[in-house]
Amino acid sequence: MSIQTTILAIFAMALVTFIPRFAPLAFFNKPIESKYIRSFLHYIPFAVLGAMAFPGILFSVQDIRAALAGTCAAIILAFFNKGIMTVSVCAVVIVYAFGVLVK
Amino acid sequence: MNTLNQFNQGLRDGVPVIFGYLPVGFAFGVTAAAGGIPPWLVVLISLTNFTSAGQLMGATLIIAGAPIFEIAVTTLIINIRYVIMSMSFSQRITPNMPILEKMVAAFAITDEIFTVASLKKGEVSFNYISGLVTGPYFGWSLGTLLGAYATKILPLAIQQSMGIALYAMFIALIIPAARESLAVMVVAGISVCASIIFKVTPLLDTLSSGYVIMICTILAAAFGAYFFPREEEDLT
Repeated sequence: MSIQTTILAIFAMALVTFIPRFAPLAFFNKPIESKYIRSFLHYIPFAVLGAMAFPGILFSVQDIRAALAGTCAAIILAFFNKGIMTVSVCAVVIVYAFGVLVK
Repeated sequence: MNTLNQFNQGLRDGVPVIFGYLPVGFAFGVTAAAGGIPPWLVVLISLTNFTSAGQLMGATLIIAGAPIFEIAVTTLIINIRYVIMSMSFSQRITPNMPILEKMVAAFAITDEIFTVASLKKGEVSFNYISGLVTGPYFGWSLGTLLGAYATKILPLAIQQSMGIALYAMFIALIIPAARESLAVMVVAGISVCASIIFKVTPLLDTLSSGYVIMICTILAAAFGAYFFPREEEDLT
């Protein structure tokens, strides 16, 4: 992608990131009535995160076995409510360690 | 005086968020720059977008050379969750806040900052939000800057290991929520299964990742809304 196109894409991303944050703050003064629409909006982040995480995580690093090891570590740590930072950093360390140990 | 106090309180409340944003921003910087986006443009993404999942998706699609329309639609879908946060936020901020101040407050809405601001007692003022967003914004951008330029000096093996960081962060956000709520577990589970099906099914696997995520999201969230509608309570 050329520099110009990339810059255009970045500003398009910035715009569609800003609009959902700004529009309700600017124009809505009362909550949405329909409980179905509200529930739909409520579940979106979890659906997005799920679809983004899997199977993407398995292909996020070159060796799929290392990715699998990192994924397991992340799942276990997340299950015990370790914070975002601990989970991310540990997953990276495990992937790196796997690469060093299993050659 | 009171204005400054509010700002300082926001600044203090933002400190824990900085420590989460620095390493994750760093990992984003490494991943996007290693994918071929020029480092200064990687930093521009963090400065103008200031969001994790949307940025990663957008950067991935830029690297893949996707059309701008697809990039915009996918990023929009990922960011739709901010609508609900922004709505909830609109009930909490100082009434009649001027539009320019609202724009700053809107830009500050991220999953983490929103959570911190929601937990604060009483009215959320412009000065408080400004203080709250300052540290994390700086941390996120600085992390990205360091990561994007570190690709020149960081050993390749470490750079490549960082590819997993943001995905691990998604797991860190999903699993605790899924433990608390069966509905969330089902929604996330459907979305994961659908996205795996797209990946392994011939023909379906030719669909670009942006649309796959969009379809899986709408499918799973609609299923959740239909079978587990949430009763009237808070908007968070």
